[in-house]
Amino acid sequence: MNSIWTIARKELSDSLRNRWLIAIALVFAVLALGIAWFGAAASGQVGYASTPATIASLASLGIFLIPLIALLLAYDAIVGEEEGGTLLLLMTYPLSRGQLLFGKFLGHGLTLAFATLIGFGVAGVAIAVLVDNVAIGTLAAAMFRFIVSTILLGWGFIALAYMISVRVSEKPVAAGLALGIWFFFVLIFDLMLLGTLVASEGKLNPELLPWLLMLNPTDIYRLLNIVAFGDGAQLSGVLSLGADLPIGANGLWFALVLWFVIPLAGAWALFRRRRI
Amino acid sequence: MSCFRLENVSYRYDKSPVLHGVDLRLEPGEILGLFGHNGAGKTTSIKLILGLMTPTRGKVSVLGGEAGDPHVSQHIGYLPENVMFYPQLTGREILNHFARLKGVPLKQVPELLEQVGLGDAMNARVKTYSKGMRQRLGLAQALLGKPKLLMLDEPTVGLDPVATADLYRLLRKLRDEGTGIVLCSHVLPGVEPYIDRAAILTDGAVKAVGDLASLRRQTNMPVTLSLEAANGIPALEKAIVAASADNGLMIRSANGRLQVDVRPPEKMALIQALLDSGEVQDLGIHQPTLEDVYVHFIGSGGLAHRGGAQ
Repeated sequence: MNSIWTIARKELSDSLRNRWLIAIALVFAVLALGIAWFGAAASGQVGYASTPATIASLASLGIFLIPLIALLLAYDAIVGEEEGGTLLLLMTYPLSRGQLLFGKFLGHGLTLAFATLIGFGVAGVAIAVLVDNVAIGTLAAAMFRFIVSTILLGWGFIALAYMISVRVSEKPVAAGLALGIWFFFVLIFDLMLLGTLVASEGKLNPELLPWLLMLNPTDIYRLLNIVAFGDGAQLSGVLSLGADLPIGANGLWFALVLWFVIPLAGAWALFRRRRI
Repeated sequence: MSCFRLENVSYRYDKSPVLHGVDLRLEPGEILGLFGHNGAGKTTSIKLILGLMTPTRGKVSVLGGEAGDPHVSQHIGYLPENVMFYPQLTGREILNHFARLKGVPLKQVPELLEQVGLGDAMNARVKTYSKGMRQRLGLAQALLGKPKLLMLDEPTVGLDPVATADLYRLLRKLRDEGTGIVLCSHVLPGVEPYIDRAAILTDGAVKAVGDLASLRRQTNMPVTLSLEAANGIPALEKAIVAASADNGLMIRSANGRLQVDVRPPEKMALIQALLDSGEVQDLGIHQPTLEDVYVHFIGSGGLAHRGGAQ
């Protein structure tokens, strides 16, 4: 446990030193405040639209940004140590591969969690203080849900980045593959799903279709943040499938947790087989 | 308890043998030189002892335990070839990090940095360090927690002569305190005075192992006598021919002295005879150096033969 914390603490202090943590927090805060303030721009005025609309916009933005930041943060976790020449040395210390990997995850995970908490937390407080007539209870609950799900989504992509990082031997390759993962889950997956729906001409089992959304953590994340308001009208595109899901919010939370646990276990299994 | 023991160890990578049938051991308070051409299997042997890989066949035991066991790694210090560190951290931060991983009290860190001569630079970032300074930091890292087994791969690269002498003095002190030390180097004349035993590897097998005297005996290489004539060179030459009883000795002259090669078993008899003849004013004896012995065992197959990958 001590070794895991030693590795995690180095990652944390690295992300403080190179200003990653503060930069991510700043980006989140500015975006959240921007969306809150110009949320009603579509209807021709400047001002706070509504809490559900704001959260929906934030979540739509989040699915682009969070995976990208998480992948960037984590893609060189192991391959970077190897290229830097320190992996060999670390492995001669009383430190198992699992401890190194979980230590990295703890460090990167906490970095992302703190940045999210600070960035969106500040935005939430600013909205609560500056906007008149906002229902504080609804806002707090929605913000809490949004922040926690954002952190879980980020952890998922950190774990996915590790699966790459433990497998390849060059940093540029890891970076390329990480971008590929982003491209697949954020841009391609929904298109593929839509294409499958159209091409199958209704022959696919309609009970199976909503479950396909579970194969993409970004879809789970969006569902979680939008469905929570009990307002199916906000669901557009393939997400409307999610209205038919029989698992409810708890099931979605569970799925999002699985989405970081399974890739992390996979990365561990792959790392144990790696030759050093 | 031996520092490590390799028994009939073989290792294959992608079906090509890297090591075969290696027997090697190191006792506490001993400095073992590990020599061989590139690709001879030095690095692989070290990685097996460190527990980074497991042998295909044979047995590796380290400090009475199993290689790679955390309780064993705790007592091993290792300096890899071309050691590298996190460039954005200071020397002190890096050593703190490694000390925490090894469970060593942090108060050792400034002491060790002082000891390797980085006292003034410990708060500067490693990216500003020279090659020699990085090497010293690597040494300090290897010395964390006073290891019982210390393995150093090319420790003197980038060190100036004074620092090199300091290093060897330090190693000797640690040896006397009971540390077992493995020294890999290509600078054979540099390490020769400091090693207790040498192991010479070629193509994944131990070609020869022992202290320098026994290695010399194994090679049966001639000892060179350098003689200064008392009554002129021709007279001395005559005395040598008479004394050697037609053993086919090679005689060369250089700088007014005669160089005579003699097989070790005949050395004492020849010296005795020459001294009795009264023709010798001065006598020098040159034993084969570690480098001579090494070249003898490795063979001079040329660069191409030794160019294998590490």
